[in-house]
Amino acid sequence: MSTASFTLTDEMREQAIGVESAPTTTDVEKGHIARFAEAIGDDNPAYTEGTPETGGIVAPPTFLRAMRAVRPELPFEIPFTRLLDGGSDWEYFEHVRPGDVITAVGRVEDIRERTGSIGQMLITTIKVTYRNQTGAIVATQTSTSIRH
Amino acid sequence: MGQQIYFEDVSEGMELPMEVREPTTRQLVQYAGASGDFYEIHYDKPYAESIGLPGIIIHGALKNAMLGSYVTGWAGPASTLRRLTCQYRGMDFPGEPITAKGHVARVYQEGEQNLVDCTIWLENPQGQQTTPGTATVVLPSRG
Repeated sequence: MSTASFTLTDEMREQAIGVESAPTTTDVEKGHIARFAEAIGDDNPAYTEGTPETGGIVAPPTFLRAMRAVRPELPFEIPFTRLLDGGSDWEYFEHVRPGDVITAVGRVEDIRERTGSIGQMLITTIKVTYRNQTGAIVATQTSTSIRH
Repeated sequence: MGQQIYFEDVSEGMELPMEVREPTTRQLVQYAGASGDFYEIHYDKPYAESIGLPGIIIHGALKNAMLGSYVTGWAGPASTLRRLTCQYRGMDFPGEPITAKGHVARVYQEGEQNLVDCTIWLENPQGQQTTPGTATVVLPSRG
C-alpha cells in the first residue's frame, strides 16, 4: 500500500485535463487480425476471410487495443506505482480492415483523487481516438485507470 | 457464429443465451502476444504472487474482448456494434469457467437505424458479476 501523501489541486487538474499523448501509427495486417481473433477465442469468419456483410476482412471490436496507444504523460509527479484498469467505453464508427493505417492519440479527459479500501487513489479518464489513413475516426475508447 | 437476429425478433427483457468460456494461461499468453500487453501478472505466477495477487489474472482487455465477442456472436453477421462498455469489478483467473450472460435492455429507433441496448456481463464460478457492461447494436430489419 502506498503511504505517500499526495494532494491533487484544482490547478493540477486544470494542467492535466486536455494533455494529449504523442500519436502512434500502426499498419493493420491481416495476420495480426487473425492472431488477435484466435487469442480472444472468436472464430467469426469476418476476422479471417471476410463475409458478404462486412465486404472483406474486418478487425474484432477491441483489436485497436493492439495499436499500442501511449498514455498521455501527466504534467506532475505522482507517488503511485500500481495501476488498475477501471473500465472501458468503446464507440465504433467505421470498420478497421487490413491495410488501414491507424493513428491513435490519447487525451486526459478527467482526473480525480479518492480514498478507498486500497488507500489513496488517483483516477484518470483517458480517451483514445483512433483515425484511419483517410482521417476518419474509426473508434474511440474511453478508459478509466486507477493508480494507487 | 450464431444465426442472424432481426429487430422484429427482440423485445425488452429478452435474455441472451449464456456462453461459458474457460480461458487458459496459454490463451492469456496468446492474448499478450496479439495485443502487446506483456504485463507479467497475466502469465508469470511468481511475479503475480510477489505483488500480492492470488495468482495469474486475466487481462481486463481480454474480458472486454470476450464481451464484444459474446454480443456480436449473438447479434449475427449483418448486425453492427456501435458501443461496448464494461467495468472491471473483480479479478478472474485462468482455469476457471467464466460465463457470459445478458439481456435486452432497450429497443428503439434512431433515424433509419434499429438499435438495441443490451446489458451484458461476465460471471465467475461464485456467481459474482466481475465484468458488467453494456452494448449497443444496430440490427437489420426483416423488411
